[in-house]
Amino acid sequence: MTPVATPFFFYFLSAVAIISALVMITKVNPVHSALALIVTLLASAGLYLMLYAPFMAGVQIVLYAGGILVMFLFVMMLVNIEHLYVEKMMNRQWVIALLAALVLGSLVLGALYKGAGSFPQQIVNHPEQTNSQEIGMLLYGPQTGYYMFPFEIASVLLLVAVVGAVVMAKRRV
Amino acid sequence: MLEIGTLHYLMVAAILFLIGLIGVITRRNVVIIFMCIELMLSAVNLNLLAFSRLYGLHGQVFALFIAADAAAEAAVGLGILIAFFRNRTTVNMDEVDLLKG
Repeated sequence: MTPVATPFFFYFLSAVAIISALVMITKVNPVHSALALIVTLLASAGLYLMLYAPFMAGVQIVLYAGGILVMFLFVMMLVNIEHLYVEKMMNRQWVIALLAALVLGSLVLGALYKGAGSFPQQIVNHPEQTNSQEIGMLLYGPQTGYYMFPFEIASVLLLVAVVGAVVMAKRRV
Repeated sequence: MLEIGTLHYLMVAAILFLIGLIGVITRRNVVIIFMCIELMLSAVNLNLLAFSRLYGLHGQVFALFIAADAAAEAAVGLGILIAFFRNRTTVNMDEVDLLKG
């Protein structure tokens, strides 16, 4: 059986993700930016599938591309975007942005160049059929549930976020 | 063709993160700044999943928590955005200068 993770798919998905990310930060209309971001997130879901993480790929599609981006589009419906076409899109911080990207990029490149030798050579291919089961065992398992308490904390965090969003978006507090 | 290793995925994640960073610094629209932050979080997730292929499944659980955090952050941020738009009738980031001395 030939593996699915061929170099062609990797380069194709990476190119789609990077190009649509560039489209996202250069479009004037935020709706176009949101659509480009959906394409980027779907391409990175494909990359997750190639990394033997089908559960996270599904979460990426359902939660990011399906949930968060729909929320963004709702908010764009509420706020007025017509005046964006007449005023400037960017502020005057190109130099700072390029400088920050250059510094951070060279930092990451240096770290990867130094640390790439210390990665384990053999790749553990987790079976995809039981991926969701194993994540569930890590979250809830009786012996292996290392992340049960963080999971509960995450649910409390989501509750706080929902209450905070309602309070802030309400007309009168 | 060249074999695709962990380093390739890390490079793609770094490029996506840097694009998100440039967007956060240069754009003026708050909605697009939020979208760039989501892109940066997604790039970090790609990093975690690339390492989880080497070190076991714990990275995938961490990526799941980061996705939950991204949802919470988007909800609160968009609530702030709506309150801000109601007060100032703009979504321009340069107008947020109440704390400027």
